[in-house]
Amino acid sequence: MEYLPNFKTHRPSTAAEAVKFFAESDEPRYLAGGTDLVVNVRRGIETPQTMIDLTGVEEMTGISDAGGGLRIGGATVLREIAESPIVRERYAAVAEAAGEVAGPTHRDYGTLGGNLFLDTRCLYYNQSEWWRASNDYCLKKAGEVCHVAPSGKRCFAAFSGDVAPALLVHEAEVELAGPGGTRRVPLQDIYRNDGLDHLATQPGELLVAVYLPASTAGIPSTYVKSRVRGSIDFPLAGVAVRLQRDGADVSDLVVALTAVNPYPHFVKGMDAHVGKPLDDEALDAIRDTVRTQAKPMQTTTVAPWYRRRVVGALARRLVSKLYEAQG
Amino acid sequence: MSKSMLSLTVNGRTRDDVVPDNMLLVDYLREVVGATGTKVGCDGGECGACTVIVDGKARHACLTLAVSCNGKAVETVESLERNGRMSALQRAFNEKLGAQCGFCTPGMIMASEALLRHTPNPNDDDIRRELAANICRCTGYVKIIESVHAAVAETSAKEAAE
Repeated sequence: MEYLPNFKTHRPSTAAEAVKFFAESDEPRYLAGGTDLVVNVRRGIETPQTMIDLTGVEEMTGISDAGGGLRIGGATVLREIAESPIVRERYAAVAEAAGEVAGPTHRDYGTLGGNLFLDTRCLYYNQSEWWRASNDYCLKKAGEVCHVAPSGKRCFAAFSGDVAPALLVHEAEVELAGPGGTRRVPLQDIYRNDGLDHLATQPGELLVAVYLPASTAGIPSTYVKSRVRGSIDFPLAGVAVRLQRDGADVSDLVVALTAVNPYPHFVKGMDAHVGKPLDDEALDAIRDTVRTQAKPMQTTTVAPWYRRRVVGALARRLVSKLYEAQG
Repeated sequence: MSKSMLSLTVNGRTRDDVVPDNMLLVDYLREVVGATGTKVGCDGGECGACTVIVDGKARHACLTLAVSCNGKAVETVESLERNGRMSALQRAFNEKLGAQCGFCTPGMIMASEALLRHTPNPNDDDIRRELAANICRCTGYVKIIESVHAAVAETSAKEAAE
């Protein structure tokens, strides 16, 4: 590990104050739990001159009812979300995903906002300074070649947050505070398909809260991930599914993926299975659709072909499980 | 170098120190406070050796800035003994061989302490789940789980006797 750069730390008590510090500071970064950012700083990947510690911002913590939906503050810790009875009852996948992030200690101080703004990950990027230097760095940081796809000019580092796909299937929106004021956008709008720069937010924008709508509350949903170590790890592939059954027919089906693209991915084409019973043929078709849209690359120690197979199998299993459970 | 005033309690005692803004909690505890029970293992939040309790919750001291603990209560493994006597957890880790080389032990004990505060009677699954962020290279974990059970048994036997 590297020594930490000589940054200055601010500890604002409101989101507006945090945004102001960001605008006025030299190379600032927002810091909440630090489970991702501090590691990257210590590896020399990030070299901030200013840290803006968000843990004292009260308006960014806690879970509250919002017209039958929920508001979850951006600095709410993951354990609180995983163990919240109201989140478990209304948005099961969100609670399950929050409970699957890293290990129990990380969930005690790692935050929702940190998980949604997690940097993309790659075998050639999340390494120490000397490791990356000896490999001539990489396209994402300080180098010119992507070691995953050397002939291309794109970065394929994978977005590896667990909670994003679960929020996507429940149609979450995020409230962002920035130099230009506050805005509320669908969660998927803050991501783009670029491992180098996967966040489509403006510089200095801060995730104040996540809003889950009443319209998707209580619809059965679930999340599962595949990982190297069962106890503590980033996902090799993660799948969230929301499924409502009406008699023998599927009346609502939404699937989202994580860790297999540079952004959390909404699976397209699931509408084709709505209004019909779910048989083996349909399940196989869902599995194959997921495998086609997942684009895992050699960004983990596990081979891409395996992650592609796994992500399809997980999706098929979850869809089947939610359908059977409502039979 | 930017420095800030840090006012907090460490193991029940109030402290005021001027610390660099970029100082990690683990370095503050070991080098400023002198509480070297907390260990630095992987230095990246993967092994759990640096686990301490901040405001009642387990936390990795190697990924926490000291200044972000302003106004908080930090507890390390040194806080557990009473008048030179080990706590039930410490004694159980000693007697049930939950500690072998001992390097992960302060983190294991603090993670177990955090667990027992919210789940006083954990089963095997609770212990496995809540100690999942702590790595031990010696014991194979069986002895650690037995140690936590033994501490619970000792504490409840003592409470029954009282």
